[in-house]
Amino acid sequence: MSDRPLFLERASFRRRRLGDAARVLPVLAALAVMLPVWWLPAAFSFGAGAIALFGFWAVLILAVWVLHRALIRAEAATMRAGGESPGDSDWTGHDAL
Amino acid sequence: MPFEMLVAGCLAYVALMFGVAFAADRAAQRGHVRWLDHPAVYTLSLSVYCSAWTFYGAVGYASRSGLEFATIYIGPTIVFTGAWWGLRRLVRVARMHHVTSVADLISARFGKSNPLAAMLTLIAVIAATPYIALQLQSVSLSFEVFATQSPDGPEIGGGTALWVAAGLALFSILFGTRNLDADERHHGVVTAIALEAVVKLLAFLALGIFVVWGLADGPADIIGRISAAAGEPAREGWLLRPDRWTTLIIVSAAAVLTLPRMFQVMVVEAADEERLHVAGWAFPAYLFAMSLFVLPIAVVGAEVLPAGSNPDLYMLTLPQASGQNLLALLVFLGGFSAATSMVVVSAIALATMISNHWLTPLWLFLRRRPAGETPEDLRGFILNARRLAILSVVGAGWVYHQASGGTTALAAMGLVAFTGMAQVLPAMVGGLLWRGANRMGAYAGVGTGFVLWLAMIFLPSVGIGTSLAPAAGVDPLSFAIFLSLSLNILAFVAVSIFGFPDPVERLQGLSFVSTVQPIRHSRMARTEDRAEPLLVMARRVWGADAALRYFQAQAAAQGKSGYLPDLTPGFLTGLERRLAGSIGAATAHAMIDRVAGGMTLTVSDLMEVADEAQRAKEEAQRLETATTELERTARQLREANDKLTALSVQKDAFLGQISHELRTPMTSVRAFSEILKTSDLSDEERRRFAGIIHDEAGRLTRLLDDLLDLSVLESGNTQLTVSAANLHDLIERALSAASATRPERSFTIDRDLPSEHLGVITDPDRLLQVLINVIGNARKYCDAERPALTIRVLRREGNGPQIDISDNGAGIDTSRQSLIFEKFARLNEPARAGGAGLGLAICREIMAVLGGEISYLPGQGGAAFRITLPRKPPLGVARGGV
Amino acid sequence: MKPDILMIEDEPNIAEAVRFILTRDGWRLALHDNGLGGIEMIRELRPRLLILDLMLPNRSGGEILSELRADSDPALAGTLVLMLTARGQTGEAMGQADAVMAKPFANDELRAQVRRMLG
Repeated sequence: MSDRPLFLERASFRRRRLGDAARVLPVLAALAVMLPVWWLPAAFSFGAGAIALFGFWAVLILAVWVLHRALIRAEAATMRAGGESPGDSDWTGHDAL
Repeated sequence: MPFEMLVAGCLAYVALMFGVAFAADRAAQRGHVRWLDHPAVYTLSLSVYCSAWTFYGAVGYASRSGLEFATIYIGPTIVFTGAWWGLRRLVRVARMHHVTSVADLISARFGKSNPLAAMLTLIAVIAATPYIALQLQSVSLSFEVFATQSPDGPEIGGGTALWVAAGLALFSILFGTRNLDADERHHGVVTAIALEAVVKLLAFLALGIFVVWGLADGPADIIGRISAAAGEPAREGWLLRPDRWTTLIIVSAAAVLTLPRMFQVMVVEAADEERLHVAGWAFPAYLFAMSLFVLPIAVVGAEVLPAGSNPDLYMLTLPQASGQNLLALLVFLGGFSAATSMVVVSAIALATMISNHWLTPLWLFLRRRPAGETPEDLRGFILNARRLAILSVVGAGWVYHQASGGTTALAAMGLVAFTGMAQVLPAMVGGLLWRGANRMGAYAGVGTGFVLWLAMIFLPSVGIGTSLAPAAGVDPLSFAIFLSLSLNILAFVAVSIFGFPDPVERLQGLSFVSTVQPIRHSRMARTEDRAEPLLVMARRVWGADAALRYFQAQAAAQGKSGYLPDLTPGFLTGLERRLAGSIGAATAHAMIDRVAGGMTLTVSDLMEVADEAQRAKEEAQRLETATTELERTARQLREANDKLTALSVQKDAFLGQISHELRTPMTSVRAFSEILKTSDLSDEERRRFAGIIHDEAGRLTRLLDDLLDLSVLESGNTQLTVSAANLHDLIERALSAASATRPERSFTIDRDLPSEHLGVITDPDRLLQVLINVIGNARKYCDAERPALTIRVLRREGNGPQIDISDNGAGIDTSRQSLIFEKFARLNEPARAGGAGLGLAICREIMAVLGGEISYLPGQGGAAFRITLPRKPPLGVARGGV
Repeated sequence: MKPDILMIEDEPNIAEAVRFILTRDGWRLALHDNGLGGIEMIRELRPRLLILDLMLPNRSGGEILSELRADSDPALAGTLVLMLTARGQTGEAMGQADAVMAKPFANDELRAQVRRMLG
């Protein structure tokens, strides 16, 4: 009985933090792709740049895959724990019209 | 390779695509959508992003500008890393509102405004036409590569493009305008596109692997060659420019969201937002694979091929020069796939926009009718409008291709289309995230961006005017993109801040930004007779069956039987959204308004609705469910009570009726038999009076038979003689038996003979009795000047057939429709023609015993009955009444 | 020649029987087969006796009777009315009739009733 609220909060907490990660990821990705070119265009134009770009790209795909798996599991866990519906996670609330 | 073989391979491939699309459509029709809805199919269909421009052009682009080509793929990758919170929300909102296109989404968000949608459609058409021309160009160029290689190759030129355009238009029309479903999905097209995506990818990977390990000495060698380019003066363009790098990433990120074809496959064709869980990483992976070998092919091509070769065609000339004919053919099919899938999806998406936002509103405006309008076939019009639009879109692409005739002028068109549609992005994203965004802002933003794009990017690209370079060292394209998008956003935000939206727009804004169900209609039901015109209207858009199914389901959800639900706000809103799925939000809104009454939203409605939404959000989920439940129970009770009251009045009347029906013939019998007893009658008189007595006695017998029949049926002791029969024969017999009723009237009979040949397992005599009765009623009561009878049989999967019998008379008043199956509920008395008013009551009992149903179909433009049969009669009844 | 009797009855066979019976007794009979237009017929023909069926299409005999009795012309409102009914019950409207006969009836009964009413 005393475990239950703790579990619920953990699942919900974890899902929210993963949701935050999903929001930050595209911003980080955009910065990571754009900044080096502003900084050192010449160094990133040829062989080294190609390796860096495609390497980062592959890592990014992997990161999204891992993140989505985790998010799906977290959602399932929250549902099992009877928490709020996952659709509410990005609820921003609305003020009067 | 012989040119003929190429053509043959190409035709075989096209036939395969038609076959796949056809099979997928059929599977979907039978409800086998499981594998069609697989996330992998969805992800692959997204690859329409990679058109021929990227398939062939990426290598050319990389030859000239090095790594910059990758911006076109990195933008979408970044967008898809945000799939979880961004795209899922877009898809959820769009599906909630049954959005049909990017223009529809924005117009729905900004108060269902059709002029806005029409303007967005214009931008999309202008941007897409040269882009489609580019695809046709790439196909005819790649043909030429093969044709010029073999000296005896036939002379080809514009002919190829025409044939390709015609084939693509045919494919789009066949599989893109088959139906007008409320959710606007095309399984056939999507499945074919998914297959083409696989071909594209395989072709690219195969060539890439051949180049890296066949022509070069593996990855290290390739990296070395790329690095060596650093010093070469010919590779000056490879030096990345931060301004171009950034703006191109932004523009391609915007394009993946706003290009009509991308919106079509990503949002409109999505079954739900779950698909994006997989597509979020799988689509970037696809793009990664498509771009991995671009640079290697570019550098190796430059070294292997003679100087002056067109780098845009390295993909084809490289394997050819190395004698790899099959690989060249595979690459050719890959490029062909890229071009065709882009044209097909673009044509369908643009045709939806053109028909929903240009043609249909125009047609409705031209054919404005008073409220009591007659049913017209809007569905047929919309489908034809789409077909016409597809022809025009593909045709315009072909004309552009012919007119420009130029090779170089088209090459930039991919980017031109991207930058054009990117102008839509601020209104789209702003509309989804910011409640304050309003329609005037959207007009201002999109309008500003559109004009700047026309002047600075589009017109220079077609050779009118020159592009502006603000200062030396600043890239003109980057500057144009930066300026148009900035001013676009600025105008959008500024005008939104100072504008004030109307109520509809504020409600839609709330719904889009908060991802909550769209606000309910505030106009309340007035009387139930408004439901029938709505049904008639829905029928015009969806066809009779779909409309009846929807109305019946809605009525059932309200706890009502029959086909006419109460016009609750929930029902009206749902109906409007489903209609929006077929004809766009703005048009659906206008049509419902016209039929359901033109009450507009008031501020107090708005407050009411806002309160309701607030409550729903906070805690009232449970309460609302309970209320709905309560409402439904109340409605059921009310209906039951109404029926009971009506029944008790009828029960009272029943004995009186029986008495009347028995005494009337008896009066004649008694009077004339007494007259016959008197002696002074002529023979002729005697004969006539005896005849009357005979007729009236027969009438008495029939009445008693009917009563007996009915009481046996009602008691449940009916003995059925079940056997197999051909429905066609039964209908034939019923028609000939019923023709004895009012034989002087001649009916036009409209039947679909092939569909009638169906075996049914039932009691054929009983079914025949029902058919004769219904057809006889039509003969008796149809008051049309040229009476016509329509009989339609529908085979139902896993169930018995459904038989619709309708006439073209005045039909039956809504108020009487629920009574006609009751005993002695004769309708218009003057035509009583010998019946006692028990016919339909008996029919209903018979159908119940047979395990089927007979019901009245409202809104068919005459009296119409639907008879449904089970696969076979229920066992319990067949036991017989022994 | 003005008829003595107007009969409003929708069943053609019954109407024919009544006409046959009463014509042989020397009465002049006019027939009408519908509830609609009944009042207009009465006003035009001014019969001495109205034989009225209770169950008529479009407009019941009871309604016709009520309207007749409420007419502003006292002579018309006082027309003698013989109501025929095939239903077991008697309604309020039938109270306004001068006589009521149930269907089926004996022919002699009808003749006697008419003779009594028309003197």
